Amino acid sequence: MLEMLNYPFDNNILVKKKKLKKLLLKKSKFLEKNIAILGGSTTSEVRNILELFLLKNGIKPNFYESEYNKFYEDALFGSDALEAFKPDVIYIHTSNVNVIKYPEISHTRQDIDTLLENECNRFEQVWSGLQKYSCAIIQNNFELPLERNLGNLDFYNEHGKVNFIHRLNQKFSVSAEKIKNLYINDINYQSSLLGLEKWYSREYWYGYKYALSFDAIPLVAHNVAQIINAIFGQSKKCLVLDLDNTCWGGVIGDDGLNGIQIGTETAIAEAYSAFQQYAKDLKSRGITLAVSSKNDHANAEEGFLHPDSVLKYKDFTAFKANWEPKFSNILDIAKEINIGIDSLVFVDDNPAEREIVSMQVPMICVPNVGSNISEYICHIDKNGYFETVSLLVDDANRNKYYEDNKTRADEEAKFQDYGSFLDSLNMRAEISTFIPIYMDRITQLINKTNQFNLTTKRYTFGEVEGAANSENYITLYGKLEDKFGDNGLIAIIIAEIKEQMCHIDLWLMSCRVLKRDMEQAMLDALVEECLAKGIYTIRGYYYKSAKNAMVSKLYEKFGFTLLEQSGDDTVWELKISAAYKEQNKHIKRERGLDE
Amino acid sequence: MSNIKDKIQEIFRDIFDEEELVISEETTADDIEEWDSLNHINIISAIEKEYKIKFALGELQAMKDVGEMIHLISVKSS
Repeated sequence: MLEMLNYPFDNNILVKKKKLKKLLLKKSKFLEKNIAILGGSTTSEVRNILELFLLKNGIKPNFYESEYNKFYEDALFGSDALEAFKPDVIYIHTSNVNVIKYPEISHTRQDIDTLLENECNRFEQVWSGLQKYSCAIIQNNFELPLERNLGNLDFYNEHGKVNFIHRLNQKFSVSAEKIKNLYINDINYQSSLLGLEKWYSREYWYGYKYALSFDAIPLVAHNVAQIINAIFGQSKKCLVLDLDNTCWGGVIGDDGLNGIQIGTETAIAEAYSAFQQYAKDLKSRGITLAVSSKNDHANAEEGFLHPDSVLKYKDFTAFKANWEPKFSNILDIAKEINIGIDSLVFVDDNPAEREIVSMQVPMICVPNVGSNISEYICHIDKNGYFETVSLLVDDANRNKYYEDNKTRADEEAKFQDYGSFLDSLNMRAEISTFIPIYMDRITQLINKTNQFNLTTKRYTFGEVEGAANSENYITLYGKLEDKFGDNGLIAIIIAEIKEQMCHIDLWLMSCRVLKRDMEQAMLDALVEECLAKGIYTIRGYYYKSAKNAMVSKLYEKFGFTLLEQSGDDTVWELKISAAYKEQNKHIKRERGLDE
Repeated sequence: MSNIKDKIQEIFRDIFDEEELVISEETTADDIEEWDSLNHINIISAIEKEYKIKFALGELQAMKDVGEMIHLISVKSS
């Protein structure tokens, strides 16, 4: 039943709250905290559900609630009851119904700026009025309005409510940067996550003065609980991962390094890469990573040698791959990195393993991530295990931030031509002879590419392998990365060396990297290979198909001369020498992994 | 009708956490000590969720006893 309090939060939490509370109170050790809620609307149910989430986190709250919509008065003029209460945390539950005055059409820009200032001042007064309690202050920002009187213009015209709310929120984040004990509960995000139509209930506002629907309450209460958790240092510190079908698709022990799914070559592989990236990002902000997996250590470690693996072996502070029960490995991990058992989150695709771990060591958080890789991140993220109220790296990075801002400003002025745009993409290509790990992807790409494909020859896996292993062939694959990410393996050349000439049997490229200079880079690499083999003539073939008209002039464009023509099919030739000038000007070319 | 009453009774039992609670059409807020205005909203919200209906503003004010609730549910969910 307590499962209800995990993402995705069950709506029945509100109905079952009494029973849930009884269950939660069975735990023996609690941290007791005084939480004052100052509301700009009705807060009773927010308080009730917040209590559940806090109890679940091991915090037993005593509550103080302001009179209805008396947050301003309580903060500014004080209240004996609040003073006697000695709050550890003050939560100001306000929302856009508490904005006193929105812009009107007749207002000038200056009027609206004044409105904005007034609104902010009112909250700044609240925060400074509360400083005498020397406690943490959690403040809601603002959710977007449900209606947009000006339609889409509401966003970008200063008279719009949407525009006004955005500006207010911006001001709040600046204030939270400045005021050390001020924390923002981001209901702007929470409401968009839920959807504004679900977030609002007009009936409950008019009828009971709830500024949000009951559907929204668990989400808000949970977020506040996680902030409180973070303030008192109770957030989780370590993410323990299973490997097979958790960090990559497939079983490394059975499928081998070439068989596991990771990278950009398939949908599933992409999803695993995204998951690894999420974990890596957690690590770079200070969360410790560990592995607990049933595997031979050597196999497990090998998985992270995959060229597309985002995570590397060294990213893990503790690495337990063996055949011991996972819970005992996880207990060892906690000991090894010297953190409490209740600081661990364990992610495993196998429901049986999850069950055993949470039965054996209930203090470990084991989210029910299911077995669908595309949902793992949600369960870690939305449960807020790793909520944080500050970043250690902030100070170190501040200087860099200013530098970056300067570059950004400079960048705005450029892009007079396409070439400088390409340069701004920071493209890097890996071009190299076929290697076993990419054979599947290469075969797949050969058999499905139709547009940028000079000959549209199809190859079996065996034929691809044959060409790769033959002295008489030059094989090249190309991968392209830019500042927006990895495009994966997207270009292929297979050429046969015959009679001291290089014949391009196959040249294809995925259309997603068109107009990036990638074809130029591939040609440059081919020329390089030829020169190394003492070949000075390259023959190119264009066989017209229903779909490849886009490359009919490719060889012409690259300075090849026409040798033969029969119908629409053409044969081209290029003489090369050491004086060959590289065609690609915008991509930094790197060799593959085969050295 | 009795079907609706059973469902409502279940909701009441959950909200008031009283496994033995029995309600009738005549049951009003005066009969259940904890049935205050705040719990009233909880009951309404649980019913709305259970039957995937939405009470209009006027209806919210009108529901004074269980009988009226049953009547409104049967009208709105039919």
